[in-house]
Amino acid sequence: MTETTEQIADVPEAPSAAIDSVDLSAEFRESGVKEILDELDRELVGLLPVKQRIRETAALLLVERARKQLGLSHQTPTLHMCFTGNPGTGKTTVALRMSNLLHRLGYVRKGHLVSVTRDDLVGQYIGHTAPKTKEVLKRAMGGVLFIDEAYYLYRPDNERDYGQEAIEILLQVMENNRDDLVVILAGYADRMDRFFSSNPGFRSRIAHHIDFPDYTNEELYLISEGMLAEQNYAFTPAAETAMREYIDLRRNQSHFANARSIRNALDRARLRQANRLFESANGPLDAAALSTIDEQDIRMSRVFSGGLDTDKPGSPRP
Amino acid sequence: MRITQGCFSFLPDLSDEQISKQVEYCLENDWAVGLEYTDEPHPRNTYWEMWGHPMFDLKDPKGVMMELAECRTAHPQSYIRVNAFDSERGFETVRMSFIVNRPDNEPRLTMTRTDVHGRSQSYSWQAAHRG
Repeated sequence: MTETTEQIADVPEAPSAAIDSVDLSAEFRESGVKEILDELDRELVGLLPVKQRIRETAALLLVERARKQLGLSHQTPTLHMCFTGNPGTGKTTVALRMSNLLHRLGYVRKGHLVSVTRDDLVGQYIGHTAPKTKEVLKRAMGGVLFIDEAYYLYRPDNERDYGQEAIEILLQVMENNRDDLVVILAGYADRMDRFFSSNPGFRSRIAHHIDFPDYTNEELYLISEGMLAEQNYAFTPAAETAMREYIDLRRNQSHFANARSIRNALDRARLRQANRLFESANGPLDAAALSTIDEQDIRMSRVFSGGLDTDKPGSPRP
Repeated sequence: MRITQGCFSFLPDLSDEQISKQVEYCLENDWAVGLEYTDEPHPRNTYWEMWGHPMFDLKDPKGVMMELAECRTAHPQSYIRVNAFDSERGFETVRMSFIVNRPDNEPRLTMTRTDVHGRSQSYSWQAAHRG
């Protein structure tokens, strides 16, 4: 590394056609990768292992690019990825950043993200699947194709399922058009494992498996603050405590979806706040009153009384 | 006889790379790119067969090039053209169209004069396929 920089200092005006050294840190700065990684650190709470993996991937791609410039490698590295994790752990958000990152590094030409699920790929009748899948693939060319809940593509219980056809086309394109698009599969860890074991072709074509851990309560609280700040709202101190308790309780109730549950909770809190203001206010309200979430806006949630009635143990089934 | 219609038809045939760049230009302008093919290049034959749907929402010319490759395998001895449709209000028409594939033996266009009423004449064109 130091040797390379020295070489550059010795020959400041090397002709660009015959590069014989590469300054990695300059590449890092100039490609704009640094900004994306910093942005990732700043804007996404938690997810430390994910950030670490992305950092490693970025380093690998940067080195690979440098090697290409020196004529040491000619093949595009396999970039297809798999994101596993529970709902609401930020897979889509990170995929968006990833497409941006790959674009800055020059591994995809346009850097847009096409997000699809089974319905966008698999058709309803014979002969419907191939055109549908190809349509999506054509749109994703030059960018990143993000397949959410990818394991639904494969239905082991139905051998005539059209998902298999979509899988075959996908595999073919993942192999032949590695320069043109990057495929990111996403889904819950255990189901993805089962999906891969029944489709070994997929596993071997995916180089990067990134696991998204659940958020801790503290992280979820930070996320909730961030979400509110984004919409120009703030908690009162009492509401802060209520929110922390809410997160604690919500985690153990059914259908918990990490950050997504928090977003929904905040949406409902805003609804209650609006209602409260509407019913209680007489006279003009200032900006602070309009943007403050109070304790009662959160405490009124059903989470504090033990979740949805239907989810309570021993409740009569409707 | 070399058929000349659409853009670039007086130039040598475009290479795939050049076609790709032209498509890129179309996509930058938000035009929907479609492929059409025919074996009848008569100038009055405006409507060629469509190859698939026009491609909306593409970001990269690779999608078009993939379809073109497929169309060429299916119809190697046909004329294939790329059409770029502009949906902007006021245009709502094909803004650019160029031929990207030709048969090895192109038909000859011949003109026939026919005497009609008095001394007036009518002209008609025919595409004569050889062999």
